[in-house]
Amino acid sequence: MEHEVQRVRNAFLSGRSRPLRFRLQQLEALRRMVLEREKDILAAIASDLCKSEFNAYSQEVVTILGEIDLVLEKLPEWVTAEPAKKNLLTMLDEAYVQPEPLGVVLIIGAWNYPLVLTIQPLIGAIAAGNAVILKPSELSENTAKILAKLLPQYLDQDLYVVVNGGVEETTELLKQRFDYILYTGSTAVGKIVMTAAAKHLTPVTLELGGKSPCYIDKDCDLDIACRRITWGKYLNCGQTCIAPDYVLCEPSLQNQIVQKIKETVKEFYGENVKESPDYERIINLRHFKRILSLLEGQKIAFGGETDEATRYIAPTVLTDVDPETKVMQEEIFGPILPIVPVKNADEAIKFINEREKPLAIYVFSHNNKVRVGWELTTEKYSFDTFSHQRPCLLKSLKREGANKLRYPPNSQSKVDWTKFFLLKRFSKGKFSLLFLAFLGIVAALLVKAGYY
Amino acid sequence: MCKISEIVQRARAAFNSGRTRSLQFRIQQLEELRRMIKERQKDIAVALAADLHRNEWNAYQEEIVYSLEEVEHAIKKLPEWVLDEPTEKTAQTQQDECYIHSEPLGVALIIGTWNYPFTLTIQPMVGAIAAGNAVVIKPSEVSENVANLLATIIPQYLDKDLYPVINGGVPETTELLKERFDYILYTGSTGVGKIIMTAAAKHLTPVTLELGGKSPCYVDKDCDLDVACRRIAWGKFMNSGQTCVAPDYILCDPSIQNQIVEKLKKSVKEEIFGPIMPIVCVRSLEEAIQFINQREKPLALYVFSQNDKVIKKMIAETSSGGVTANDVIIHLSVHSLPFGGVGNSGMGSYHGKHSFQTFSHRRACLVRSLLKEDPLKGRYPPSMAKMMRH
Repeated sequence: MEHEVQRVRNAFLSGRSRPLRFRLQQLEALRRMVLEREKDILAAIASDLCKSEFNAYSQEVVTILGEIDLVLEKLPEWVTAEPAKKNLLTMLDEAYVQPEPLGVVLIIGAWNYPLVLTIQPLIGAIAAGNAVILKPSELSENTAKILAKLLPQYLDQDLYVVVNGGVEETTELLKQRFDYILYTGSTAVGKIVMTAAAKHLTPVTLELGGKSPCYIDKDCDLDIACRRITWGKYLNCGQTCIAPDYVLCEPSLQNQIVQKIKETVKEFYGENVKESPDYERIINLRHFKRILSLLEGQKIAFGGETDEATRYIAPTVLTDVDPETKVMQEEIFGPILPIVPVKNADEAIKFINEREKPLAIYVFSHNNKVRVGWELTTEKYSFDTFSHQRPCLLKSLKREGANKLRYPPNSQSKVDWTKFFLLKRFSKGKFSLLFLAFLGIVAALLVKAGYY
Repeated sequence: MCKISEIVQRARAAFNSGRTRSLQFRIQQLEELRRMIKERQKDIAVALAADLHRNEWNAYQEEIVYSLEEVEHAIKKLPEWVLDEPTEKTAQTQQDECYIHSEPLGVALIIGTWNYPFTLTIQPMVGAIAAGNAVVIKPSEVSENVANLLATIIPQYLDKDLYPVINGGVPETTELLKERFDYILYTGSTGVGKIIMTAAAKHLTPVTLELGGKSPCYVDKDCDLDVACRRIAWGKFMNSGQTCVAPDYILCDPSIQNQIVEKLKKSVKEEIFGPIMPIVCVRSLEEAIQFINQREKPLALYVFSQNDKVIKKMIAETSSGGVTANDVIIHLSVHSLPFGGVGNSGMGSYHGKHSFQTFSHRRACLVRSLLKEDPLKGRYPPSMAKMMRH
């Protein structure tokens, strides 16, 4: 493992990942890989998650292509230094923030969207000029294997390396030194990753989970709300980090909500959900059993059918759920939707605030005071995440007079001048610039005259 | 020891009360902080003199003025910073509202240090308060007088529950780090930085670590050596060399080494008597760059040259927290420039708006209407039906 990481580091130190042209070229190669090998990639995702190829395309591939296209368009702008606002003392200097690569980045992917959650961060890391070690999740085995096979066929083989393996290999990997780690997965493993990162003072981005609440207001179009919630909940069989985990609503709405979700499920997946090509399966037996155990003692409004052989769990809704029960203690990550009745919006807010901060919050209401939230990943944030934003102040060796103010020996008058220069703001506009120029001259004259 | 836990719980309860959320409250607290700095300037200077033998004027110029500047900037800009930032929309979200909403994280912990004990505690505090957090302040016990003073004056001006000062040494800090915070900003050494981050990992607490490192100073042959050496000497010997961004060592061509030594000696004789800094001879800019890159990334990097190409090359081929060319230290004084390290010199940054952002959660928000459902039909199953239509 050490050897592998060193090879990647040497490739980074060669400097070739830095020029804009190289980064664009690698991203174009990545796009070509996704377009040319679409069939293989879709087949791998489909077999990992029992997903139809159509859905694999629309949920994963299309997102990647969109991201690459945007980065190819915007990167020349993103790599440019950003000028910074100056103060009086640095008025004549160049001040800017220059984004630069961090070095060797480790990206640990997840299994639920095995392509997007590895490749989307990879795009940002490449765009920012880094070398990357990619560790796809071993649970989505086929996607992990296809990435290991395809990446070296299209991208620089020393700069962007795929490392596969389970807990043992990942633990070894985490002992190595990286300049950034982006991890997607569970809260528990997030702590392990951050602890390992601390040994090398490696900054991290942790994309974890949580129970994303969904509040449905009385003042709301229930048909539309329920359709959107049904879509978000049962997408990928509930295995989405930002899926609406549970619903909060007034007791009077519960039955209607159940009814409408039931109807929408039928509309989306047909009479026999098991036979719908649009309905996925649980990733493995361990998770299947875990999710099943959440149903114990619950009031099943509809759904609840399971088939262990195919890891099938039907779209399920639970009503009158007790917040103390197991289904409300951990992230469900499955096709079970608990409804927890609350008296009103205030009680819903209190309920949410008593718990850990979730990844997303959803609110359905016509009432403007109550809002819908949805996590957006915008591409520039990837670039910024994987960059060091380096502040640069370029002065001239001339105009040394102005610096006399700061040199020892100190005196009251120097202090007074300092106050004047640092604590007064200067506003834009020709007049103030002229005034400043005048001040500059005055200051220079005073210095020359040996005022201090 | 259980007192520490109580203090943190009280700060959390105070935060949960919601009173830090209003802009008015935050500005009022910042104004109180400003009043504190102005009214107690003498006490602060006395404490700094006791801890660091700093004279009153240097206390003002090297610390107090920066704190004042930071708090004034925050008071002026905060009404703008707290506003929602609209973002660029995609084709599918044209009809929706997309914006980033900045909100407080909760209870922040600021661990100060001893070399600029006042400003390195107060400056981060400004950002944390501005962002609407409760803040637990742990000044360095090494600068005892400032630590005691802060514990006395802060509660006299600011909300007592929201912004408690906790003093103590290693045992107290260790206890403090067992508590759960929503953000930790630490200034100090790399060694302790690792301990802080490890403790933070147990609660998944994000951190900003302002650490140190050996800040190199490359002096080109093509350069006004008088000016360069004066500026370097100023930065090096300020606070008896106890500045995290002080030029640590010089890299230069052997042919100018003697001149540099003479000119540094001259500056030093005129001001403080102290040791000359190490000079490492390198044959070329490339060798200097190589030398720097073989070592841990420093907090600051300095390059002196009249030749813009030399400066740009040095910046392009190295990394560091920040850069000042043809001078030292002052990139810190421009608060539109983020102050922070990279690699072993730290992670995260602050000053000015960056402080506000560091101590905020920038929450992505998409507000959609419940009307106009048609455009969304494309995303709903069943997909086979769509395939058949095509």
